Amino acid sequence: MTTKFTPDHEYIRIEGTTGVVGITNYAQEQLGDIVFVELPSVGKVLKKGDEAAVVESVKAASEIYAPVSGTVTEVNDALTGEPGLVNNDPENGGWMFKIAIDDAGELDKLLDDAGYADLTK
Amino acid sequence: MAEANSEDLKQTPLYERHVTAGGRIVPFGGYALPVQYPSGIMAEHKWTREQAGLFDVSHMGPSFLSLNAPSGDPEADHAAIAAVIEPLICGDIAGLKPGQMRYTLLLNEKGGTIDDLMVGRLPDDPGTLYVVVNAGTKENDFALIAAGAGDKATLRRADDGGLLALQGPEAVDVMAALVPDATQLGFMQVREFEWNGVPITISRSGYTGEDGFEILMPGHMAVALWDELLADPRVKPIGLGARDSLRLEAGLPLYGHDLDETVSPIEAELGFAVSKRRREAADFPGATRILAERDGKLSRRRVGLIVGGAPAREGAEILDASGAAIGVVTSGGFAPSLGKAIALGFVPPDHAAIGNKLQVSVRGRAQPAEIVPTPFVPHRYFRKSA
Repeated sequence: MTTKFTPDHEYIRIEGTTGVVGITNYAQEQLGDIVFVELPSVGKVLKKGDEAAVVESVKAASEIYAPVSGTVTEVNDALTGEPGLVNNDPENGGWMFKIAIDDAGELDKLLDDAGYADLTK
Repeated sequence: MAEANSEDLKQTPLYERHVTAGGRIVPFGGYALPVQYPSGIMAEHKWTREQAGLFDVSHMGPSFLSLNAPSGDPEADHAAIAAVIEPLICGDIAGLKPGQMRYTLLLNEKGGTIDDLMVGRLPDDPGTLYVVVNAGTKENDFALIAAGAGDKATLRRADDGGLLALQGPEAVDVMAALVPDATQLGFMQVREFEWNGVPITISRSGYTGEDGFEILMPGHMAVALWDELLADPRVKPIGLGARDSLRLEAGLPLYGHDLDETVSPIEAELGFAVSKRRREAADFPGATRILAERDGKLSRRRVGLIVGGAPAREGAEILDASGAAIGVVTSGGFAPSLGKAIALGFVPPDHAAIGNKLQVSVRGRAQPAEIVPTPFVPHRYFRKSA
């Protein structure tokens, strides 16, 4: 299972032709306590870089962008009742949405573990 | 997630302490200040409501306005210094008892708000007022007050010192170990004390809705006082983020957001700050407009809103039930004590009734919002009966 990263601190975990998208541990630390998550609707078609979700901390709203182009197939409804999952467990329980990946080639342009670790050093 | 560029920003005497404590430094009112410490805004907010929070508010504008030629008669000297500042503001300063402090507003000729501020009568220093203005407006405020003072009085800035706010239900017990006599102050009282041989000015006041104190000290003593307060396990340092969420829950307006040069005290629901004697004399800037508004000729009023769903931030449109835009949010965010989104904003008076169901537009979508009384979280000030 491979996980790729954007310079905007989204991750996408690749499971076959689907990607699971959320924000990294580094991002949640920077944002602080998440109090609200606005998720895309299932079926929404996103282009790479489109605004896909919004996370709200006490102070501010931050946009979450689609790391690749595709169609939203599932969203993490647990975040509606428990937005703090993004803080406590960003890369597992705090995932935001799943996307059917249009073009696997777009994944090659994202950062790998080492590249992302370099970025957040 | 923009990082602060620390160049050109002023630092308070406690800057190194904030950095050492892991504070995330941001620019605010021209100063480099911590928006939060590692524990985060939510934990800092709740700590202040339950224990005692310590805030570095040294960026604000404390000052002393003193008569140049006091007569030596305390009452006559107070009347004379009150007459210097009253033409600029709407508060009754002449009527302050020794040691009493008042929240008031600097007004322009159109009745708009130049700043909100505290003015106190120092009991041991007749003919001197303690005046504390906001950080972002202080240069202009000080210039206005100094110009108004002419050759009658001198404004001495004290914003090179340290100004700390100790806020929360445990604040009074913490103060008992630091300056025991200061616990005798009631809400909105001020006096000069001594701490380790230096003069410090303490008022029982703050901007969180909690009981607490604001402490002004010479800059070179700020670190020692900060460290001594934090040595008490009931006290933790609190950043600007929680300061904002606390004051929002307390329903207190923030200058530059809920108040500006167009907003009058009546529109802002600060009619209490227009003192009775001043109303009757109609002798303050913008009196014509403000008194007419008080009699009902009002086009907008500040209200509190509980918002369903995502927080409505400053600038969000307020809509009526049919979706027509009727006003705007001026402060909004998440209320950690309530677990809900709350906001302050302005709407026409006929939409301003408590319980009125409106909407707010967040990212193009209408969300429910209901008008509720403010404060959102009850104030817990320590009021002394006179």
